[in-house]
Parts: sequence; C-alpha cells; structure tokens
Amino acid sequence: MTVIVDYDAGNLRSVQRACAEVRVRARITNDPERVRAAERIIFPGVGAAGSAMRSLRARNLDAALTEAVAGGTPVLGICLGLQISLERSEENDQATLGIIPGEVRRFALSDPALKVPHMGWNEVRVVREHPLLEGIAPRDEFYFVHAYYPVPKDPDVTCAVADYEGDFCCALGSGNYFATQFHPEKSGRVGLRLLERFARWDGHA
Amino acid sequence: MLSKRLIACLDVRDGKLAKSVKFVDTKDIGDPVEKAREYYLDGLDELVFYDITASSDRRSIILEVVEAVAEQVFIPLSVGGGVRSVQDATDLRLAGAEKINVNSAAVRRPQLIAECAEAIGNQNVVLSMDIRRVGESGEFPSGYEIVIDGGRRPMGIDALEWTREGERLGAGELVVNSIDADGTRDGYELRLTRMISDAVRIPVIASGGAGVPGHLYDVLTEGRADAALVASMVHYGDYTVSGLKRDLNDRGVKMRMSW
Repeated sequence: MTVIVDYDAGNLRSVQRACAEVRVRARITNDPERVRAAERIIFPGVGAAGSAMRSLRARNLDAALTEAVAGGTPVLGICLGLQISLERSEENDQATLGIIPGEVRRFALSDPALKVPHMGWNEVRVVREHPLLEGIAPRDEFYFVHAYYPVPKDPDVTCAVADYEGDFCCALGSGNYFATQFHPEKSGRVGLRLLERFARWDGHA
Repeated sequence: MLSKRLIACLDVRDGKLAKSVKFVDTKDIGDPVEKAREYYLDGLDELVFYDITASSDRRSIILEVVEAVAEQVFIPLSVGGGVRSVQDATDLRLAGAEKINVNSAAVRRPQLIAECAEAIGNQNVVLSMDIRRVGESGEFPSGYEIVIDGGRRPMGIDALEWTREGERLGAGELVVNSIDADGTRDGYELRLTRMISDAVRIPVIASGGAGVPGHLYDVLTEGRADAALVASMVHYGDYTVSGLKRDLNDRGVKMRMSW
C-alpha cells in the first residue's frame, strides 16, 4: 500500500487524486504504524516548516518517517515534504528531519521584477539521471509554489535544477529517498508520469 | 526562468456554464467539467471558476463542480465568487480548489484576507479586484476606484491603496479586473495593470478586455502582468488555448509549450 502522510500541511487529496488518475491507490494516513508498514510513502506538504515539524512530532510521524527511509522504503517528498527532509530551514529557523544533509534558504533576489513566492511553471533541467526523472525532456515544465529552496550539502544528490535568478535544486535523490520542490500532482501529464514511475520504483537510484 | 501563465476563467451558475458563454459545439453547453478538461488537455496553465449562482444552496453546487473537475484536471484550480468566510475557503479547498479568490467580501471586511491566509497559506489566497477608472483626485490618487458586487457598487476606495493593503494582509496573488475594459475586446488596461504590478511583490493576473492575441502580448510585456486571464476569446471558439500560447511564444514571451 502507498500512503500519503497527513500532518495538517495542505491539501493531500490533490495528491491522492493525481495518484488515482495513474491507477495508484494511495491512502491518506496520520498513523505512524501505517507509515512504518507502507510499501511506498508520499510525503507532501504546503505551509511553514515550524508548524509542520510540530505537527509531525505531535503524532510521532517524524520517527516513523526517518525509520522508514532508513529501512529502505521508497519515499517521495513533495514541496514542504522535501524541505523538512533537510537538516535545517531558514523559515522559523527550524531544525528539521535531517534525512538529507543540507539546509533550506529563502529566495533573496536582486531583480525587483521577480516575485516571491516563485509561483508558476518553470523548466526542470535534469542534471543527474534518476529513474523517477526518466523521459523528462529539456522543455518540460512543472508547477512550483514556494518562497524557500533546498541547498543540499552534497551537490551530488541534486538530480534536477530550475532557474530563478540562478539555478536552484528542485529535485534530489539519495538511495530510496527522492523529493521534488515542484508539485507533480499539479503539473499536468509530466507530473502524472513522475507519480506513475514512483509507483513502480524499487527504491534504487 | 518562470513562464508567463495563460489562465481561463469559467463563470458557473447553478453548476452550469453561465449563459454569457456561448459554444460552437452545442454538446458542450452547460458542462464546466468537459470544458475544463478540454482546456487542460490543450495546455492551459491554470483554471479559474467563478461561481455566480444566486440561490441559497449555491455552495453545495459549486463544491460538486470543483470536485468533479479536480478529479480530471491536474493543473492549479482557483475558485471564487461569494467566498465570505474561512469555512467557505476550506470547503472549496477540500473539494479540490488549490487557490481561493476573494473579492467583495474582502473589501467589506479586509480581515477576511488575513484569516484565509492563516488557514490555507498566503500563496493560495488570491485577491480579485474589480477596478474602474475615475481620474486622479485627492480621493483617488491613483485615478482608479475599487468597485464590488460584480462592478455595480463603487466603494470610494483608491485601487492602489487597496492593492497594498491586500498584499499587507497576506494575499498571495492579485487579479486586476478592469471594469472599463471588460467585455470591450479592445485590450487589457495596460496602465492600470502595470501600475499595480510595479507596486507589489506578488504575482499579478490581468483580466478584462482581451480580444486578440496581441492584447495578451501587450499585458504580459508592457503591462508587466505575470499571467493573462481569458474567457470569451477561448469560450466562443475564436481561439484555442494552445494557439494563444504558441502565438505568445512566437513573439518571444516565455510560455510552457510542452504538455
């Protein structure tokens, strides 16, 4: 069973609907035991790092998630799910899960015409091959909504970048953990294909 | 680099497309879900539903429409029309709307913007503004006034002042709808759009007046809008979503061209 981790961080049903569109049954749960037992885990989220971490801890979902990652369960983080997988976020100066070494910073842009949050469709450029990014063509775009971006310590975990006054990491992968800053569930066909590949992924990069 | 967005707006009354929308293919009349799906498959970047139902059971009807669309359309979906409370906003979000548009109720009670931002996140709160040209004066330094209730009621509020207040209260995005340009097909009001876009750090969606593809080009360049909203241009079958995007792309506006 694929589970979608529910920790009061945004609209999980859009992820569930997108999964259904590619014939993947995914169950929304806030039960740490279900997360531990899951075949695959989708870890989405929209909102602030501080309240997200409080909510994860209150339900013991933080431990369940890190254990599942350590145990080899394929995990797909999305947006805030990606961000709180790193060690620390500038948002609320918050210590986060630490699954991936690195931190999350706020966009500090010099061009006043560039808006924050970075909201809309942007090209995703694959810089390191990964099974979940197979078939993404150079001009394929994904939908983004975020004011903070990930800066992984090890540059080799970065699988794809997008350009917003310079390249930033928008997809990262390490072993059985993979995460995107963009929203595959809101990115039309290219996004649905990513979810479809995740449903078949064995967790090996 | 971020692409500019093409957004289509569908007015929904009693769960059906409003009569002002005429379709060439009569099969499609009345079904917002079909239309939404068609635009999505043709490369639309974002979809807006505006609920203009007047009856008291309006909420449940629009929720059903949103739910049906959300099952088939995998791009951001924005819903507005009569949102008066956080409960309205969260109900629509649960049904599948990504973003919530607030308009008249926010002018009457600005705190609604802050409450919605707190409940569903700034980036999901869209402040939609109906604006008319009144000429610069002491009362209206920008020369534009906010009107509500579908353009019928002038509020004596300066448009630029309200824009800044909306951003401060936590709106994540703005829709600038020019009452003067709306329905004319003579083009968006560029001066207004640009003035507002320059005054804020949040994205601006231009609305009202689009008649030919060049109008979209003008508002996305000279008007400095982040997105252009169209309705009748595509509803009447004069233009297609993909055709408009191709035209903009050919003129050098960065658009999402692969879907």
